[in-house]
Amino acid sequence: MSMINYASREINCKIVYYGPGLGGKTTNLEHVYGQVEPDTRGKLISLATETERTLFFDFLPVDLGTIRGFKTRFHLYTVPGQVYYNASRKLILKGVDGIVFVGDSQLERMEANQEAMQNLYDNMAEYGYDLTSMPFVIQYNKRDLPNASPIRDLQAALNPGWEVTNPSRMRVMPDVAHPGERLVEQLDSGEWIERAPYIEAVAVNGDGVFDTLKVVSKLVLKTLA
Amino acid sequence: MPPSVSASWSFTEDDFAAITKALDRFLSDCNARCALLVDRTGQLVATVGERPSFDPTAFATLTAADFSANDQLAKLIGENDFNSLFHQGEKESMYLADISRRVILVVLFDNRTTLGLVRLKLRHTVGELSQLFDNVFTRSAQAAGAPNVLAGADDEIDKLFQ
Repeated sequence: MSMINYASREINCKIVYYGPGLGGKTTNLEHVYGQVEPDTRGKLISLATETERTLFFDFLPVDLGTIRGFKTRFHLYTVPGQVYYNASRKLILKGVDGIVFVGDSQLERMEANQEAMQNLYDNMAEYGYDLTSMPFVIQYNKRDLPNASPIRDLQAALNPGWEVTNPSRMRVMPDVAHPGERLVEQLDSGEWIERAPYIEAVAVNGDGVFDTLKVVSKLVLKTLA
Repeated sequence: MPPSVSASWSFTEDDFAAITKALDRFLSDCNARCALLVDRTGQLVATVGERPSFDPTAFATLTAADFSANDQLAKLIGENDFNSLFHQGEKESMYLADISRRVILVVLFDNRTTLGLVRLKLRHTVGELSQLFDNVFTRSAQAAGAPNVLAGADDEIDKLFQ
């Protein structure tokens, strides 16, 4: 839920990085923290265990620029990846404006990815939020590893598309980031489906990290336009 | 409208002035150092009184997390929520109170005052702020169909991310 402060001319939005444990959520935030100018970001807060596993959340506020005289301030959060901490995962989703699902491309993490995606849908539904009608992007991380699954398999498992029920959205929308692919399309069965945009990443090197942040924050701002 | 779609709330300079006035009076009545208002999602709404020496954005986030975690603890023991929390330090203490289930008021105070006085004076201020925020949220909900703050700014948004 974005907050618009007319007194200080600020728009505040909340983005949550979700996904399986050790998938690279915290690494995304650390890279952003390391790369942006210190005067456009705040402190990186990490509530982690002694072994650096996220216990409650990581948090990083960043300013992404000014539109119509309003400073756009994004609060980036990660959730704990471990299933054990589901209660705190859910708390972080409260009032979220945009979601980034950080998937782990490694073949053996496929099940963990699917479990985390299902858990995301479930936790959002408990708040009455509909993931399919809000800014939502998927990042396939660790693309550099030799055991990385092909994108096609990851898409089939994690981003097969949801049914489009709103007639105004029933028009083909190409995926500009991936020539030849579509975000909204009609299947042979006649059914219209929509997929979340996806980004390939190697978060540990920073590849795809800012692309992901750009895509999701742009989608969030467009909901206010 | 589902809460996830463009749900936002806003407050004006007049709201801000009314909030500041109520909190200024409260601070001088109970001799507390500083008051912060934080929304439940962790965004800082206002800071009144002595300028805090810490990072207020980080503080706001942790406050909301603290309150949310305690809400869940309350449910586990069969309560609906804890509408106030108190953290006592050696010199500095903080008192947190719920406002209309949407905003949290945090009062920072030291040994120049007492918990009893803060709590006593807070009751009236919580009532005053609850009414104010009820109006703010009702107005934001009614404005849901009105043009958004960035209406027509698509090009500007695209440019920002080039």
